[in-house]
Amino acid sequence: MGLDKIGIAKRIAQELQDGWYVNLGIGIPTLVANYVPEGMSVEFQSENGVLGMGPFPFEGEEDADLINAGKQTITAKAGASFFDSATSFAMIRGQHVQLTVLGAMEVSQNGDIANWKIPGRMVKGMGGAMDLVASAQNIIVAMMHSNKIGESKLLKTCTLPLTGVGCVKKIVTELAVLEIKNGAFHLVERAPGVSVEEIIQKTEGTLIVPEIVPEMVLA
Amino acid sequence: MNKTVKNVAQALEGIESGMTIMLGGFGLCGIPENAIKQLVKMGVNNLTCISNNAGVDDYGLGLLLQGRQIKKMISSYVGENDTFERQMLSGELEVDLIPQGSLAERCRAAGAGIPAFFTPAGYGTEVAEGKEIRVFNGKPHLLETALYADFAIVKAWKGDAAGNLVFKGTAMNFNPMMAMAGKITIAEVEEIVPLGTLDPNQIHTPGIFVQRIFQGEVFEKRIEQRTVRKRN
Repeated sequence: MGLDKIGIAKRIAQELQDGWYVNLGIGIPTLVANYVPEGMSVEFQSENGVLGMGPFPFEGEEDADLINAGKQTITAKAGASFFDSATSFAMIRGQHVQLTVLGAMEVSQNGDIANWKIPGRMVKGMGGAMDLVASAQNIIVAMMHSNKIGESKLLKTCTLPLTGVGCVKKIVTELAVLEIKNGAFHLVERAPGVSVEEIIQKTEGTLIVPEIVPEMVLA
Repeated sequence: MNKTVKNVAQALEGIESGMTIMLGGFGLCGIPENAIKQLVKMGVNNLTCISNNAGVDDYGLGLLLQGRQIKKMISSYVGENDTFERQMLSGELEVDLIPQGSLAERCRAAGAGIPAFFTPAGYGTEVAEGKEIRVFNGKPHLLETALYADFAIVKAWKGDAAGNLVFKGTAMNFNPMMAMAGKITIAEVEEIVPLGTLDPNQIHTPGIFVQRIFQGEVFEKRIEQRTVRKRN
C-alpha cells in the first residue's frame, strides 16, 4: 500500500516555491521535475554543470555533451547556462540553491543521512551528496519507508557510513510525510489509504504522532 | 606562442609510470578519449589518476583499469564500472573517494596557489577522519588540501595555438579546474581553429594554463545513459 514513485514525486513537487533553484538527485527525485505546479517558475540545477535543465531530448536529438548528474541525456531550456564543477559547487555550498531533493538508504531521527556506501559491498562513492547535504538549507529525502528486506529506514541512529549529520528536515516516503525536529520524526501527513498504525510500525526511530494526521492531497 | 603539437603521441611525451595524472570529464562526458587510448598504448603503469569517475568497463578510464595501469584512483563516484569495484574490493586498487565539490575545489586551489581551504562537506563522516576541524559562523568545517598533478589532460571543444579553450555544454565540468592544476597541461580538442577565431570574450580557459594542445583524431563521444522522449 501507499504511493508509487510518481506519487512521492508529486507530493514533493508541492514543496516547491516560485523562483527557487532546485537540485534533484538520481532516482525518484529526478521525477519531481515533471510535476512543477502550473504557473510556477523553478529552475533545476544539475551539479555536473547546468542550470535551467529541460526535459529529455527527442529521439535523434541526444547530445553526448549535454547530460545531467545521472549521466542521462537532457536538454537545456531557454535561459540555461553551463559552468564548471567548481562554480557548480559554489552555487551549492554558497546556498544559492534553495532546495535539494535526494534519496537515502537510512535517515536518523536527528537528521543524519546515509546514502553512499555499504561497507564491503557497495562502493560507488558519494558524488556530490556530501557537499549538497552539508550546505543546503532545505533538504527533502525521497525514499521508501523500508529497505528491500523490510527493515525500517527511519532509525534512531544510522548504521551505515554517514553522508551528513543533522541536515535532513523533511522526508517523503510511500507512506508518509515526516519532519525532523528536536531529535524525533514528526508525522505530518499519511498517504491515501495508509493507517497511522502502519507508519508507527514501520518507523524504528522515535515518532511523534499528532492527534489528527491529515491524508495527503495529490492532484 | 604556438603550443600546438602534431598528434596525441607528441602531446603525451614525458608521461611516465608512477606519475599523478588528472583527467577531465564527468562520466563519459568531456573525457580526453584520444589521450586515454594513447596511455593504454604507452603502457605506463602505477599511475595515480585524479578524475571524477572511472569510466565504464570498456571505455574511458575503464581501459586503463583493465590493463591494471592504475595504482590509485582519486574520484567522487565510481558506480558504473565493475572492473573498478572488483579491483577496489580485492584491495588491488587504492581508492580515495572524496566529495565532488571538494574534488573540484581542490583542483582549483592547486591551480590558484591556495594550498588548503575549509569546507563543510563531509563533516561528521569518514571523509573528515584525521582532518583539522574549525568552526566558522557557528558551523564546523574541515580542512581540505590542494590536489596537484604531474600532468593534467583535459578535453575541450575548440582551442587555438595559444592554448585558449572553449568547452561545450556539460562537457566542461572538471576540465577548467584541472587545466589550472597540472604542472603540464595537455588539451585534447575536437578542433584547433586559427588564432583570432575564438572570441576573447568567450574563452573559458585562458591559454596560460595550457602547455600543449592537439586535435584528437577520432571522437566516439559515447553516451552513458541515452534517455529520450517520444515525439507526439
